[in-house]
Amino acid sequence: MTTSLVDESRAGGGAELPPIPDGAVMLTVNIQRFNPETDDAPHMESYRVPAQPGDRLLNVLHYIKWYIDGSLVFRRSCAHGVCGSDAMRINGRNRLACKILVKDLLGSNNKAEVTVEPIKGLPLLKDLIVNMEPFFDAYRAVKPFLIAHGNEPSKERIQSQTDRARFDDTTKCILCAACTTSCPVYWAEDAYVGPAAIVNAHRFIFDSRDDAADDRLEILSDSEGVWRCRTTFNCTDVCPRGIQVTKAIQEVKRALMFRRV
Amino acid sequence: MTNPTASSPVGSLPPDLSGAVASTSDASSRGIEAPRAPRRRVRTGSNFEMYSWLFMRLSGIVLVVLVLGHLLIMNVLDGGVHRINWGFVAGRWASPFWQIWDLAMLWLAELHGANGLRVIINDYSRRPGTRFWLQVLLAVSVVLTVGLGSFVIFTFDPSMGS
Ligand code: HEM
Ligand code: SF4
Ligand code: FES
Repeated sequence: MTTSLVDESRAGGGAELPPIPDGAVMLTVNIQRFNPETDDAPHMESYRVPAQPGDRLLNVLHYIKWYIDGSLVFRRSCAHGVCGSDAMRINGRNRLACKILVKDLLGSNNKAEVTVEPIKGLPLLKDLIVNMEPFFDAYRAVKPFLIAHGNEPSKERIQSQTDRARFDDTTKCILCAACTTSCPVYWAEDAYVGPAAIVNAHRFIFDSRDDAADDRLEILSDSEGVWRCRTTFNCTDVCPRGIQVTKAIQEVKRALMFRRV
Repeated sequence: MTNPTASSPVGSLPPDLSGAVASTSDASSRGIEAPRAPRRRVRTGSNFEMYSWLFMRLSGIVLVVLVLGHLLIMNVLDGGVHRINWGFVAGRWASPFWQIWDLAMLWLAELHGANGLRVIINDYSRRPGTRFWLQVLLAVSVVLTVGLGSFVIFTFDPSMGS
């Protein structure tokens, strides 16, 4: 169904449409909609939105929510790629709506159409919102916090730059779940801890100040742990922070294989 | 604010130096900042999935040689598939070298393929019951195939046909 831009009857809150800026293209946005109270299954709906090439997709979603259909729901908070709440499947790839620009979504033939679906593999709640609890359960399972034995130091725990560099990449994770929900192993078997949990375990396993590498490696050597990874690189492709996710997973495998970190 | 560490000798140092003194490893006491903490040994639990993962890679490497060699000999070299008959097979298996080659290929390919299927079954079966019975079926097929294949390679008798 195509909802016209000027269809006042569906306007969320009846807000007055802002003027269309110069250089805007009419973007057709296909969004997977699902209302658990009325729908048996998700369906696609289309919206036409005037968008500038420099707009983020998040602006486009806001336009739809604010001016066309106020019932559309999606998560977002920071709008600057920091909080990790707006990972969604954009043209089939997991992206943050707040980081991807409209100009990057226009095809080579400048086809002004984009498809937005929720991330795959987590229970769908409504529209673009999925239940993130299974994802965070896997995250909690790897004990993502510093565990140090012995006496509390009275000062900062000192670490050399070389030691700090070992896990620098994996400190950048914002827990958006883009990686885990792009992994075909996770789609097939959601007991798999998934790339994000491994990334966050890596963050502490390779930290010289941490004493619980054994515990975390033990958890990850389980049958639902790192050995399920089939090196498809989907996770690395989608990570909005550019983390070398597959590399981190392989480093954990290596630590398990050679029994040292 | 009163600083409890102010009376210690370290407390009077500028903050960037106090760290070097505070971490009294061998290297830092000689005035060298350790570039990297020593590698820590780790203990790990059950390693079955790790050995399975390693086996897939190691058997894969060996299979490249065995399978490509096998394909080349059987299908390409010296007239290829057209020269294969009872005598050709009998001639090859008369040599322990080809017996071992074929035996290794049989075992490795079967265990490699079966282990791959085991992983796929683990991925896709939804119910523990389905998983269990598919794994049993797989195990039975491995025993039958490896058993029958090994039996033939060891007991092949070229005079059987005549
Ligand atoms: C010729 C040389 C071969 C090489 C180098 C090779 C290598 C590999 C490797 C490295 C994997 C693990 C993939 C992963 O876990 O990420 C794998 C999986 C697999 N292999 Fe092989 N293999 C070879 C031959 C074979 C043969 C002859 C068979 C069949 C009998 C076979 C059947 C499988 C199956 C079923 C899997 C599981 C696929 C999956 O995990 O999704 N392979 N192979
Ligand atoms: S590793 Fe990257 S893709 Fe995965 S949760 Fe962290 S930030 Fe998101
Ligand atoms: S809204 Fe915070 S990461 Fe996109």
